[in-house]
Amino acid sequence: MGVLDDGFEALLEPFYNGKKLTDPISTKEDKYQLLPAFLKVKGLVKQHIDSYNFFVQQEIKDIVRANRSIRSDQEKDFWLEFTDIRVGTPTRNDYSDFKARDEVTPMECRLRDMTYAAPVVVDITYLRDRKKIVRKDIPLCRIPVMLKSAKCGLSGATNAQMEIMNECPLDPGGYFIINGTEKVILIQEQLSKNRVIVEADEKTGGVSASVTSSTHERKSKTYVILKKDRIVLNHNVLVEPIPIVIVLKALGGLSDYEIMEMVAGGDARYQDDFLINFDEATKAGVFTQQQALEYVGSRVKMGGPKKGRSMAAPRRSPVEEGLDALANLIIAHVTIQDLDFYPKAIYIAMMVRRVLMAAHNPKLVDDRDFVGNKRLELAGQLLSLLFEDLFKMFVASLKGNMEYFFKKPNRTSAYDPVGPISSQGQYITQGLNRAIQSGNWSVKRFNMNRAGVTHVLSRLSYIAALGMMTRISSQFEKTRKVSGPRALQPSQWGMLCPSDTPEGEACGLVKNLALMTHITTNAEEEPVKNWIFSLIPGVEPIRMFTGTEMHKPGSYIIHLNGTPFALTRYPKQFAARFKTMRRRGHISPFIGIHINEHFSAIHIATDEGRICRPYIIVKDGKSKLKDEHLRLLQLGKATFDDFLKRGVIEYLDVNEENDALIAIREDDVNHSSTHMEIEPFTILGAVAGIIPFPHHNQSPRNTYQCAMGKQAIGAIAHNQFNRIDTLLYTLVYPQRPMVITKTIQLIHYDKLPAGQNATVVVMSYSGYDIEDALVLNKASCDRGFGRCQVFRKYTAELQQYPNGRKDRLGGIQKDDEGRTIAKHACLDKDGLAVVGYRVHSGETMVMKETPIDQTSTGIGSDRGSDDFRPAAINYRIPDPAYIDKVMVSNTEKNTAIVKVQTRQTRRPELGDKFSSRHGQKGVVGIIVDQEDMPFSDTGLVPDIIMNPHGFPSRMTVGKLFECLTGKASVVAGRRDYGFGDAFRSHPVEEMGKVLIDHGFSWEGKDYFTSGITGEPHEAYLFNGPIYYQRLKHMVQDKMHSRSRGPRAILTRQPTEGRSRDGGLRLGEMERDCLIAYGASQLLLERLMISSDGTQVDICERCGLLGYKGYCQTCQSTSQVTQMTMPYAAKLLVQELISMNVGVRMQLEDKFPHPR
Amino acid sequence: MPHKPPTKEELERRKIVGIHEETVRDVTSTDFPGHYPGEEHSWDIDAFRRGFRVEFHQNAPFEASFSLIGVDASIANAFRRIMIADIPTLAIETVFINNNTSVIQDEVLSHRLGLIPFKAGHEGLHKFLKWWRKPTDESQINNSYFDFNTVSLRLEVKCEHNEAASPNETDPKKLYHHAHVYASDIEFCPVGRQDKYFSGADSIAPVNPDILIAKLRPGQEISLSMHMHKGVGSDHAKFSPVATASYRLMPVIRIDRPILGADAEMFARCFPPGVIAIDKVSHKEAAQKGSGYEGHEGEAKAVVADPMRDTVSRECLRHAEFKDKVTLGRRRDHFIYLVESAGQWQSDAIFLEAVAHLKKRAQDLEKQVVNMVR
Repeated sequence: MGVLDDGFEALLEPFYNGKKLTDPISTKEDKYQLLPAFLKVKGLVKQHIDSYNFFVQQEIKDIVRANRSIRSDQEKDFWLEFTDIRVGTPTRNDYSDFKARDEVTPMECRLRDMTYAAPVVVDITYLRDRKKIVRKDIPLCRIPVMLKSAKCGLSGATNAQMEIMNECPLDPGGYFIINGTEKVILIQEQLSKNRVIVEADEKTGGVSASVTSSTHERKSKTYVILKKDRIVLNHNVLVEPIPIVIVLKALGGLSDYEIMEMVAGGDARYQDDFLINFDEATKAGVFTQQQALEYVGSRVKMGGPKKGRSMAAPRRSPVEEGLDALANLIIAHVTIQDLDFYPKAIYIAMMVRRVLMAAHNPKLVDDRDFVGNKRLELAGQLLSLLFEDLFKMFVASLKGNMEYFFKKPNRTSAYDPVGPISSQGQYITQGLNRAIQSGNWSVKRFNMNRAGVTHVLSRLSYIAALGMMTRISSQFEKTRKVSGPRALQPSQWGMLCPSDTPEGEACGLVKNLALMTHITTNAEEEPVKNWIFSLIPGVEPIRMFTGTEMHKPGSYIIHLNGTPFALTRYPKQFAARFKTMRRRGHISPFIGIHINEHFSAIHIATDEGRICRPYIIVKDGKSKLKDEHLRLLQLGKATFDDFLKRGVIEYLDVNEENDALIAIREDDVNHSSTHMEIEPFTILGAVAGIIPFPHHNQSPRNTYQCAMGKQAIGAIAHNQFNRIDTLLYTLVYPQRPMVITKTIQLIHYDKLPAGQNATVVVMSYSGYDIEDALVLNKASCDRGFGRCQVFRKYTAELQQYPNGRKDRLGGIQKDDEGRTIAKHACLDKDGLAVVGYRVHSGETMVMKETPIDQTSTGIGSDRGSDDFRPAAINYRIPDPAYIDKVMVSNTEKNTAIVKVQTRQTRRPELGDKFSSRHGQKGVVGIIVDQEDMPFSDTGLVPDIIMNPHGFPSRMTVGKLFECLTGKASVVAGRRDYGFGDAFRSHPVEEMGKVLIDHGFSWEGKDYFTSGITGEPHEAYLFNGPIYYQRLKHMVQDKMHSRSRGPRAILTRQPTEGRSRDGGLRLGEMERDCLIAYGASQLLLERLMISSDGTQVDICERCGLLGYKGYCQTCQSTSQVTQMTMPYAAKLLVQELISMNVGVRMQLEDKFPHPR
Repeated sequence: MPHKPPTKEELERRKIVGIHEETVRDVTSTDFPGHYPGEEHSWDIDAFRRGFRVEFHQNAPFEASFSLIGVDASIANAFRRIMIADIPTLAIETVFINNNTSVIQDEVLSHRLGLIPFKAGHEGLHKFLKWWRKPTDESQINNSYFDFNTVSLRLEVKCEHNEAASPNETDPKKLYHHAHVYASDIEFCPVGRQDKYFSGADSIAPVNPDILIAKLRPGQEISLSMHMHKGVGSDHAKFSPVATASYRLMPVIRIDRPILGADAEMFARCFPPGVIAIDKVSHKEAAQKGSGYEGHEGEAKAVVADPMRDTVSRECLRHAEFKDKVTLGRRRDHFIYLVESAGQWQSDAIFLEAVAHLKKRAQDLEKQVVNMVR
């Protein structure tokens, strides 16, 4: 058993929270302890890691097995086979025999801008000189390694080992490091594959069933459409929709009677509706299978998917075409064995039946937004798609290489594939790296081209990083204005966080996982197939039945991953047996089963990407979770998986949830209950979990906090000062919140907090607190409240040029008197800034110089200058900073890299943004001296004064509760009072009692004296500790003004933006106001004189631009006048002229001179 | 209607700030001229002398509690404000860092050092040391430091392995030398006449030697020197001589109608212990007609024992049992001060200094007013 220092030990400790080992345990109170146990085995980023592990350990082998052999067209008896593929542990790419170690840590990769990747080796067998040669461990490529995955050095590391590797023990992992940047592959949400979805078309009243077939080879979509009473089948390869009866006839030559039976069964309504379709076949003259295949085959698109086929292949007959299309293209995921089309016919008949049923009863139309109809795609799946594509390309290019070799008429040696494998394998490495780096996922065989799959891991705060790992992005278009996919779905309960979604265009499309969500990986179908027939007697393969039998009332079709597989008349018994076997551990716990009464179907799902969640099993009105289970858990003698095997807990996916009656609390359990929640607050995600009393807040407030928690400055990781991030914000004195939640402990927010407990008084003060502004105590700021640090990275890479010249670091420049020039004040002799020195704007930090000559070859007389041009890295921010770190190292390409980190320490100032954990943000309106602040009887002076107008409209009662609970826990000195878990009872009574016992008012409102007049305030003031977050928006980074400054080159108008010292734009709407008001001179000044006014010479005769008082066109100076016009207008005129559009300006004197 | 002079009760009533369930009433004093028709309330030194009293409750070096009775809130508040913001103390103002390889950044370390309170000999601190003013010309800054305005300190710590530690030791404090840097590691470097004033027990040293400044690990080192100057709390909180100084008004609890029996117990529980005592209704009281005690002889009754201990939580106003039976208030002119010294001054001396400071400020103002009128 591994060392247990994964941070959860505190929660499992028996004396935790004042509880002792001997204290009584009640399942009602303590069942939340299953949660840390769950997060230990599964947890927030485990889905990424599981998925990646599945890919590198299993999927990659399957992919290679599927594409294992290469044969030469030239040399008929040569073959090569990949027998195995293995992924190693991360190594340095620049490893050589001179270096002692080649294993690499993630930290080294981050600092040296390397890729954290592991070598992939293959075993091959091939024929040489008619002998079978076996070669092992041939390097193929390198694949990026996910942090904390099975291949990563961090997996299973103890805290001490993590420390040695300079890694934060609380880092979630689950991301990649590509060229030094941390990249996350976001979870992608999709409609489920290989499942039939029935939809109604609102406009035409038609109904259609569609299925996206996804196999390793191809992905395609098949439709069965009911339109104007006719049913047709459509698919991408078909030129036009084909009447359904023809398709069914083509599939095994069924008789009309058989077709009718399979589609409609004994139901007269459906028979009547379907009858008309036979006419279509008759009209088309299709009666036999041969005719049907001919009909289908002649409507298969030429070219299209058959590109792969070599041109030499003979042209096939329509029958062959039809057979091929039906067998391999249409509904491709139902495989055809021995030309037995019956399963496929059943499948299509089922789709037809679903369409007919939906036409009769609109309630039977499927909901696309139902979470059970969705699948989540994770890093492992996306990587395997990409890898398979790249591997196929690799095989093709290896074959090309081989053919090229065999084409040679006289070969000097036998073909050795080892070299080409390693060299061609580079393309796999590059392809994987590029995809993760850029986020552009392009898989040729599926015509998939997705952008923005990966994102840079946001390290603004610990919560931001964690929130990114649980984020789900939807494939849905952001621009379309439909509410369906954005709305909160009831089936999201417990699976996706109801609060954590961004505001604005991505609202509702970007979601987050809830705390206990698990995403399934693919499970083997074969064992399940065997179990289906052995569970109860009376389950027979569907192949054996006719349509009548299938659709007889009381008969249930068992679907395996959406495909009809077996038939039974005892659905309840079957499902119960299945579940029993699953609870006993014979069947994988992640296989879902549910009964659909509407379609008389049992659905068993083993596929990957289903969202599921654990529940406590309830039987006969009694929870299966007993005190002794929790006791074992506390003693560390049982894990979550043990409970799974013992049938105490099971996973339910969204579909199976619909068959369950789940009690939320133990008190709610009754005799029909089947399950019980482990803990209701787990319906929220990790980010929403830091809000205390969220169930007392207006719901949008929780959503706002979810967005703001990610901008809060605090501690980002334990290794934050070892990392060199582009931009890093840290708080000097972060504090654990006074009022926490269990989620906070579980995600270790209390160890890496982002905020401080401020003593808040709610009152209006000074008038500088309107519109949510805050009043801050100056003495608090003096003592370190809200003090934060900003670190910035500056990188310089010393490149090597093709001609052998290199960038270099220059020395300090001196002036005539031998003193260092001011610009180089903080440089050392080596041309790098000195750690601890203060840099001001314009000063040099890295004195890099590049060779002027970068192109000459140096051969013969082709030698360029030996001089260097300065390419220094200067500090450009107006406020000075200190040099925090200077790092010099080598990249993988063996070029030197210099990273300089600067540091600023900032105290809160006017306009800095703060927020509590209840979506209540505000800027500092005034900073007041301590003596001016109100004080209580005990001498307490607030850190922050908040305006009471913030409460009525926002309805953030949770904030009041946080304050009250925090105050009670402070005055009593009891940490265990400070819990604000969601959906637990509210604390007012209890906490009021504690306050009274300590001499305070029960409602938290105390007598205060004005610090200005010395007289009492006429009202009692609500006060107590509230956790305040300092947000990253600071005045210092935004303050900007300009009176004069740089202009853009092209238009000569002032530049835009603070970074370019730009002007403030008087925009169109402002212009409209001035026009309406009639301030013409002001307009003239703003839009021309203060912007891009230019003196131009214009010829009054021809209306064209002249030069220096002379008109080139008229060859005269007589009528050339000088005038001022916007340079942009002058530019437009000239550009138009250059395009052969004549522009002539007619001048008129508004105030003519008397001549 | 001829004006009647106010009765004694009326005068007493005017001195009470009303404490009600949701509001505080009569917060401002009314004893100024022109407020009551026909009454003369202009300030009179004799009347003030007659009414003014000081009572001491506690006088520890770091914490003093005393009452000022018979002054106006404006004066009382002025003292409080002066104590927080205007009494000068000596604190670290400039830090010169030679080397700092600890994990704490230079600015943060300096900030922490600045907040450490120091103590020193009284004479040297208050008589010898003068203000330091930053010269307007930055280049002259090194010519502005003298023994009478700058105190020099040093902190030189280096963390090393402790060879004597047992191999299984995990406590860093035992495993290494100087794993923790404390305020006591700061060294005072006397210059010039400072030896005379700050030696022996009068030496400049941190009030609390155990303030943790930084944590080090072997190989890390802090080497810096510091300058201390005199400053005031209005410039930076580190110069404030008090942790806080505040006052509260004397609570008044008036039991209007008897609270008897179990109610009395409950009433006592509404207050901090010791505020309300339980007494027996005496024979005499029971005999008195109209007192509300008739027939309750020997029963428990609530009496006000020590109102000063009350925290004014208003708990008794919440209960219907005590409706109209009790009136809460606070004496407007009775200020119970609490001065918590940060250590450089004796807590009571801070107040005396505040009085002196206010006096000096008043004299300065007088001078200016006289000048202005002339």
